[in-house]
Amino acid sequence: MAEFLLDPLEFEFMQRALLAVIVVGVVSAVVGAFVVVRGMAFIGDAVAHASFAGVAGAFAMGVSVYAGAIVAAIATALGIAFISQRARLRFDTAIGVLFAGAFALGIVIVSRQENYTTDLFSFVFGSVLGVSWGELQLMALLGALVIGLIALFYKELLFTSYDATVAAAAGVPVRAIEYGLLALIAISTVVALQAVGIVLVIAMLVTPAATASLLVRRLHLIIFVSIAFAVASAVTGLYVSYHAEVASGATIVLTATAFFALALLFAPRRGLVSRWWQDRERVRELVG
Amino acid sequence: MAASPPVVAVRDLWAGYDARPALESITFELPARSLVGLAGPNGSGKSTLLKALLGLISPWKGSLDLFGGSIKGSRQRIAYAPQSELVDWEFPVSVRDVVMMGRYGRVGLLRRPAASDRRAVDSALAQVRLEELASRQISELSGGQQRRMLIARALAQEADLLLLDEPMVGLDATNQHELLELFERLRDQGKTLLVATHDLSCVAACFDLALLLNRRLVAMGPPSEIFTPELLSEAFAEDLLMLPTRGGVLVAHHGHG
Repeated sequence: MAEFLLDPLEFEFMQRALLAVIVVGVVSAVVGAFVVVRGMAFIGDAVAHASFAGVAGAFAMGVSVYAGAIVAAIATALGIAFISQRARLRFDTAIGVLFAGAFALGIVIVSRQENYTTDLFSFVFGSVLGVSWGELQLMALLGALVIGLIALFYKELLFTSYDATVAAAAGVPVRAIEYGLLALIAISTVVALQAVGIVLVIAMLVTPAATASLLVRRLHLIIFVSIAFAVASAVTGLYVSYHAEVASGATIVLTATAFFALALLFAPRRGLVSRWWQDRERVRELVG
Repeated sequence: MAASPPVVAVRDLWAGYDARPALESITFELPARSLVGLAGPNGSGKSTLLKALLGLISPWKGSLDLFGGSIKGSRQRIAYAPQSELVDWEFPVSVRDVVMMGRYGRVGLLRRPAASDRRAVDSALAQVRLEELASRQISELSGGQQRRMLIARALAQEADLLLLDEPMVGLDATNQHELLELFERLRDQGKTLLVATHDLSCVAACFDLALLLNRRLVAMGPPSEIFTPELLSEAFAEDLLMLPTRGGVLVAHHGHG
């Protein structure tokens, strides 16, 4: 067991990868709790895909892909909110339009590049083993920013998420809080990009928080339990991927999915087994 | 002694959505320490009027004073309980969490609730008799308990004017009666309650004043004076069925969802 855990850490890239997946797990879990309780999963996915345009654009211009991803992600998130409010379109329609448009822009940019190959596609499928110390630092910094802002404005985020009308009536700056949360979702998808890839970012946001919401029923508890599942999935997934020599991002996501499946089946009260049992007991009581 | 300004003073208020008026030239004043029913059929502008009073929509025209000043200056003195159908009862919060939200406006940005806020929450919960259920998940509440929780949140704000949107819809007689007793107690403490409702018999039985609304303000006054067949049919048009009886008029409505 000790060898299983310690051997990989002889490599510096594995140390970096381990720290990176922990950062990604914590940040995604905190933001993901809001995504799940507010039903915003589609927007997280859209923002992650749209950030591809920023990654590709930044790559083509030879500037930091992280900066490009952040700009594209935030612009998409705020654009979705703006369009749905001003044009009176349904939220998911605005998401569908912007998400596909931005992703297509990314593909067009990439198709003009002659040497895109590995670097760009590491963002699409994730390559946590290739994270540099500099990138790790940036991820940690962005993550700290996201979590710090959520902690500072937690009560406003809670009130706005639960009941935006009453929050506005009480003087909470609801519009600013809503746009702010979208920006934080955008930043956290960028933090997770390199570790799990654009396609799987949504799983890091949604799966641990969904697992947690089957087990506990208060928002701050969902956040804490979600962090626990996210970090456990990230670390387990990374080790398994190392020893089994399979893709790390996908293994992390599969581990998180396995935790979700267990919770779905066996969660006390809300799990399928427990519900089946409750129903059976109730029928027995009725029939006598 | 100078008379204190009315709690609400609305003059020639026009408001609406997408260039369609929902309220036309509304003028009225509400005195302090009164229990006021806001009655009218669906689409008569009840919710719009409440939203205008809360500053959630800006009027097209007219003036709207609270406590003799602007809405902005009295934000913490006015509290709101929405229709319970508009609330997400599956949201992961406890009863106490929700009631504490009533304090957030007063607490302000970047601050955490203090002991005084927790005391205000305890007292609000006690007034609606939900202390025992404080740590329950909100999805576990019954209909009557849900309404009382929403009112407790408004009470925690320690506001002087409470706007309640359809608090009695779907409640059985016992729960309605309990809620009306709570309203009267709050009125006797000096608060002003403006209660939007379909239920004319409740207003007739217990309220000090009624506003009959149908985009325009059809009438305002004590229910015994303004609940006449003429005014009621003007406000409710074809939604009402009126049966003259010896004691006055028996009102039944239909067509409400």
